Amino acid sequence: MEEIHRFGYDPITCHTWNNNQSQLALSLNNNEVGIYQKSGKQWERSAVLAEHSGRVMGIDWGRTTNRIVTCGADRNAYVWTPSEDGRWRPTLVLLRINRAATTVRWSPKENKFAVGTGARLICVCHYEEENDWWVAKHIKKPIGATVSSIDWHPNNVLLAAGSSDFAVRIFSAFVKEIERRPEPTVWGTKMPFAALMYEERRRGDGWVHSVGFSPSGNRLAWASHGSVVGISDAGTVYTLTTSVLPFLSVLWVSESSLVAAGHDCRPYLYSVGSAVVYAGSLDVSTHEEDQGDLSAMQMFHSLDRLGAADVSTAIGTKHQNSVNQMAAVAWRDCVATRVSSVGTDGLLILWNTSSLHASLNSLKL
Amino acid sequence: MSKTASTREFRKVDVDQFNEDNFQDETAAEESQGPNETEVNNSLQSKNNTQALKTVLQNPVASCRNPELKTRVFKLVMKVLSLFKSSEVETAVASLSAVEVDLLMKYVYRGFAEPTSDNICPILLLWHEKLFAVGGYGSIVRVLTNRQTV
Repeated sequence: MEEIHRFGYDPITCHTWNNNQSQLALSLNNNEVGIYQKSGKQWERSAVLAEHSGRVMGIDWGRTTNRIVTCGADRNAYVWTPSEDGRWRPTLVLLRINRAATTVRWSPKENKFAVGTGARLICVCHYEEENDWWVAKHIKKPIGATVSSIDWHPNNVLLAAGSSDFAVRIFSAFVKEIERRPEPTVWGTKMPFAALMYEERRRGDGWVHSVGFSPSGNRLAWASHGSVVGISDAGTVYTLTTSVLPFLSVLWVSESSLVAAGHDCRPYLYSVGSAVVYAGSLDVSTHEEDQGDLSAMQMFHSLDRLGAADVSTAIGTKHQNSVNQMAAVAWRDCVATRVSSVGTDGLLILWNTSSLHASLNSLKL
Repeated sequence: MSKTASTREFRKVDVDQFNEDNFQDETAAEESQGPNETEVNNSLQSKNNTQALKTVLQNPVASCRNPELKTRVFKLVMKVLSLFKSSEVETAVASLSAVEVDLLMKYVYRGFAEPTSDNICPILLLWHEKLFAVGGYGSIVRVLTNRQTV
């Protein structure tokens, strides 16, 4: 069953979990990040990270190093390290950008992080020991518009970026100061910094809202504003045009299935094999279920006053407004068993994907 | 500030074209012949409306840069749509593929914007309703986001 948590009535713009899901960091569409501690069934705010002067656009929690990186519309990024008294100490990272930062992600080894920006470039930042600061390097060409979403390949070098110029691209973010040359992947062999390894530009499909590498890194998925889910399987592209409102977030839950959610307020599961196939929704509520009891007197009363029998404004899904972001919470045997989604309705909902996966296996795709 | 020129021509210069930050949306225009008009007219004369509809949606001109061709095709599509009886619309929509449904939705919206006759709007509303039942919100969103307009 789903767990629903409410964090006020403001939209939750971004969220991230720590390594054992005992703590949660999220931002309520303002310039603060709240750290919440699980106490029983409730979430209690244990700390506030307030350093940004503009809206916080992205948060990521490094699960092994226990550092949080945040980026904001004030063109800054901060790396937060925890101290013994439970407070978090910020370190400013100079990104050298002249537009807002839109999204931020730690690399798998957490020795560097990438920031997507509205300045049509991606900043890849690594820590320089001798000067005790984070150095930002820029990836510019051939990005033509705001970078809305980024995701790292498991090899810690390749970076996928979706942007508003209708393209998904894979760049190399190889930083020779901190790592060794990577092994060849399905996306190419030579990976100097800022090399464009792959590009897929679909003008008809609209802005790219979200990108994601599959757990092995051989597949790349994206969600476009034209209500399209696209997959590139090492270069072979499949798309699925959907009949629902556009998705804002895609998340791989196994090597062959992904969950997408967005303006339709409902997470959908898709199975990826030789084609992309719809495999059911995580949210199976209907309108009648959420109605509650509507007594006869209430019905005639509202008919009389307002001309309509049913005046509830609730929609028939668990989320009452668009889903902004999803995150995988728990993995078991390379399958994400729990997934969280946050929305513009101020709700965070935890979904179990195990039952849907069981039915997927019986479909034998 | 002294007035150095008595002409005001400089005010008509589009300075935005010199702004380097502007998004450059350059792609090669694809040439397309558009649907075969004689074939469409023949199908209409032989009262085979569904065949006429499928023919007129072939060789889409959405990615072309020729406005006269696009307008000619658009007017032809409107003519085909208006010749259907109300009861036939649903079966005709059922025979279309998903791509054709999206393309026809684009024409319906253009028809709303530029009505070709006085009574085209109720006809288009009926087509819109039937196309929406098949294509859903996704087909409408694609009309809005697709930069290749009909």
